[in-house]
Amino acid sequence: MSRRIIGPFSRVEGHLEIELERNETTVLEARVNSPMYRGMESVMLNRAPLDALIIAPRICGICSVSQSVAAAKALAKLSNIPMPVNGELSTNLILGCEVLSNHLTHFYLFFMPDFARDIYCDKKWFKDALRFKAEKGPAQGQALKARTELLHMMGVLAGKWPHTLTIRPGGTTQNIKTVEKLKLKTILRRFRTFLEDTVFGTPLEDVLSLKSIQDIQHWRKNNTADLAAFLNFSQELDLNLIGKTNSTLLSGGGFDVRGTSLFKQGIYDANGLGALPVDQISEDISHSFMAGPTSQHPFNAINDPFLDKEDAYSWCKAPRLHEESCEVGALARHVVAGHDLFVDSYQHNSSTVENRIFARVWEMALLVNHMEHWINQITPDDTFFESCAFPENGRAVAFAEAARGTLGHWIELEKGVISNYQIIAPTTWNFSPRDKAGKAGPLERALENTPILKGEDDPVNVQHIVRSFDPCMACTVH
Amino acid sequence: MKTTNALWLQCGACGGCSMSLLGYESTQLHDALQSAGINFLWHPVLSELSGQAMVDVLKDILKGTIKLDLLIVEGTPLLGPNGTGRFQMLSGSDKPMSQWLIELANLTKYCVAVGSCAAYGGIPIAGDDRLEGTGLQYHTNQLGGLLGANYTSSSGYPVINIPGCAPHPDWIVETLSCLAMDDMRPTDFDPEGRPLAYFGHLAHHGCPRNEYYEFKASAAQDSDQGCLMENKGCKGTQALGDCNIRSWNGSGSCLQGSYSCIACTMPGFEDTDAPFLETAKIAGIPVGLPSDMPKAWFVALAALSKSATPVRVRENAHNATIVHQPTRKKAPQ
Repeated sequence: MSRRIIGPFSRVEGHLEIELERNETTVLEARVNSPMYRGMESVMLNRAPLDALIIAPRICGICSVSQSVAAAKALAKLSNIPMPVNGELSTNLILGCEVLSNHLTHFYLFFMPDFARDIYCDKKWFKDALRFKAEKGPAQGQALKARTELLHMMGVLAGKWPHTLTIRPGGTTQNIKTVEKLKLKTILRRFRTFLEDTVFGTPLEDVLSLKSIQDIQHWRKNNTADLAAFLNFSQELDLNLIGKTNSTLLSGGGFDVRGTSLFKQGIYDANGLGALPVDQISEDISHSFMAGPTSQHPFNAINDPFLDKEDAYSWCKAPRLHEESCEVGALARHVVAGHDLFVDSYQHNSSTVENRIFARVWEMALLVNHMEHWINQITPDDTFFESCAFPENGRAVAFAEAARGTLGHWIELEKGVISNYQIIAPTTWNFSPRDKAGKAGPLERALENTPILKGEDDPVNVQHIVRSFDPCMACTVH
Repeated sequence: MKTTNALWLQCGACGGCSMSLLGYESTQLHDALQSAGINFLWHPVLSELSGQAMVDVLKDILKGTIKLDLLIVEGTPLLGPNGTGRFQMLSGSDKPMSQWLIELANLTKYCVAVGSCAAYGGIPIAGDDRLEGTGLQYHTNQLGGLLGANYTSSSGYPVINIPGCAPHPDWIVETLSCLAMDDMRPTDFDPEGRPLAYFGHLAHHGCPRNEYYEFKASAAQDSDQGCLMENKGCKGTQALGDCNIRSWNGSGSCLQGSYSCIACTMPGFEDTDAPFLETAKIAGIPVGLPSDMPKAWFVALAALSKSATPVRVRENAHNATIVHQPTRKKAPQ
């Protein structure tokens, strides 16, 4: 048995370090840490409410828009302002574009290159994996081109990405005119073609009609596109057996239009589907380099660093839903939504590396489909924006579904300025450290019992499992 | 063609500068890097290399067995708590990132700060000094920072600053490429180390709301089309950068997106005199006047231009869409 520190990780957003306890063949225990503190929530204190729209997105350069959306939704609740439908549609398109670009970046730049590592050079499928080689494989350039062209939607809708300021509590400052709707449709059409030709190898409608694991097996037969290539590598490497978090699945819900949400709010645990009891979310800091009471509700939380704390090993707090750790992300939200395909794959295999990756890539098809409708629904003659005013005192919580899962913002105003701001980001849930009961976080559980290949110091399976969550450490240790 | 070894490290960063880099579009990013001969020894987003193998590369640079040409830093160097730098340890190394930076900066040919965080400190250092964060060679607008006022890399250059939150991908890729090809001269930079090709401009240049500015026809609401300077905190007339001459994500910019310039390229933009989306004023006159403009002239011109504002411009300024078209010249009878 030995201990080993693994890090830094390339191709994850931000800084990550993992301590493994292992023997020759297996990971026994893992502790996850992001070795950085920024305290971004403290930057918001004593500022005007709308300043959150400048500071929150700068927590994260990869999921910047999701931070804007969560902040704007929390502020909208405080000002009690309904958003015009055009504002909702435009906000959804901007967030949808970010989620698409994140999923694409994750699949091609962050996750797939690990299959082209030298450790797999004697595998019969290795020649297929070379397409995904970091920096050198042809898939990298194709994905970057598709990503750059897709982000042209941001130029039209949001001015720029990352860090737009068009998203407000009362809608968007940017108006979309008829000619711009056309431009957006053309850009999205081009991205649909990339997905159909390169990622899925079939029309998106075929991907969206899959209802069960058997359907996937049938669909991938004779399919040589990139998602099917991943499924082949995954089958060879048993990636549908590893990386199980054994955690409650949670979705905060998001992408609202006219009172309904594309991604539903809820949880899925041993009792099946259930409502999300928002009040029962708390953060445990027993193993975090943070001062204060062990369990803190976000409305009463503090963010003071305490580096020499006994038992602490991470800057990340440990969010818990009545003492349970929760997994968030594309897989979680589609199981919570009750989608047949993901309920079936989750019930058969649980949350594995393969299921997480498949759900994320599949979600691109779903989003493109909805974004096409959202563009059509914009009525350029109607308003996109309503001005809002804030009460002197008040508190609100709001959620957005970011690429990596549920993002929650808790805001409190006192005498007209921000007196408390707490954020629980997707990777804070997924990469949380242990809690006071000693219960490990989702990634820590997912790494337990991971098989180690012969002679490996830096196990490649750990790399696959870590990246299957698409971690964003910048958000985690905001 | 000679190879330029580049190393990209992230400090207290959001990663947005790396995300911006990936959006380079004159050619594909990899083509641009290859044509300039740039070889990333490590880039946090692009590299296969991970774990101890990455730390070994840094050690080899310090030993002199790998030469380092471009040290590129993204994010705020963190020196806290109490000067220890322990707010950011480089994973797997047991050494603060700030210490790695100091040692690597002494060996590199060029040292480049990408983004306002690495250049000046940026958003994370707003408010108080809890992080003991700073820029590489500036702390907001004060010379010094992590590396000190007298620092120069082995080429004799001080830190080269590409500010912005996040900077335009052209600014990053083209500056790195020119440095890789030893194609920059000292006269290509301003005294604060910014490339003049981009920072010889103001964000105001090419502003799509120029006519509203000319007449001081100002927006009252956030969605109005009028000039955002008088009431909505826009600092485009004071912020360096060719933001509105160059398109962002194909066609955009902050002003094209219908929101104020927050001067994200400027040192100290994180701590404002007023909320970001409001204009700080004394006796009704904005505190931050356009660069190089005497106050008395500004006040006089503003009064004159307001009185001369055409109805079209005044009413469009207070609407989210055009309500008055420019007059069409009638064909001669």
